[in-house]
Amino acid sequence: MPNLIAKSALAAHAPVTLAGTTLEEAHVGQITSISVFPGMLAEVAAKLGAFPAPNAVKGNLIWTGPEQAFLMGQAPDLAGLAATTDQTGGWAALRLTGPKAADTLMRLYPLDLRATHFPPGTCARSPLGHMQSILIREADSFLILVFRSMARTAWHEIEAALHALDARAAAGV
Amino acid sequence: MRLTCPLCGTRDRREFYYSGSDDYLNRPSEGAPVEAWDDMLHLRVNPAGVTKDLWYHETGCGSWLLVTRNTVTHAVLATELVAARKGGAA
Repeated sequence: MPNLIAKSALAAHAPVTLAGTTLEEAHVGQITSISVFPGMLAEVAAKLGAFPAPNAVKGNLIWTGPEQAFLMGQAPDLAGLAATTDQTGGWAALRLTGPKAADTLMRLYPLDLRATHFPPGTCARSPLGHMQSILIREADSFLILVFRSMARTAWHEIEAALHALDARAAAGV
Repeated sequence: MRLTCPLCGTRDRREFYYSGSDDYLNRPSEGAPVEAWDDMLHLRVNPAGVTKDLWYHETGCGSWLLVTRNTVTHAVLATELVAARKGGAA
């Protein structure tokens, strides 16, 4: 078996800092999707220790839909309780950190991302432009998951929004 | 226009896909006459006022919603999960 080199989706993109805000690729490791079989939510929650409420992150679990979550890591044996699929290679992750992070993303998401409305520990499935995405608010940054095929488009959209905010800051508006 | 997803909260209209009348939830029973199927598929009232239709939270959580709204005032009066209705999935 040849030794193949695994490249991340945004390996060619160095971090960009504009308006004091940094866009970089995030390396989130293994992603496992957990889709709970009908009526098995309590059993799955017991196995995992918890199950996140809608639009919330609980430990390493991210809510992604009704009775569905992404587990950031390896899932325990949930045979008969939930469908688990390895999603690791299917997603690209971007992290945006800095004072203009929320303003930048509010140009692209139809959501109110101010900390009062979208505090750390909140997540949302919502479109980034026209792209399906999962948005997670971390302690002092945003983590954005998009389909891997859309990684460069997502990067471009966010970088363009950062440029606009940077230009406004330079012009003093 | 904004719709309140029972799971995600109030969201922009662009996150949703419009499917059509809630008549689609009322399937005739097996062996029903062809007229009943014709009604379900094709016959629609077109009210100036309160109407019920189905929306899909397409770029959000993937839930089907039953939305009650007013076509005259554009008010959205109620939203509920189709899955939570009697006979809905899970």
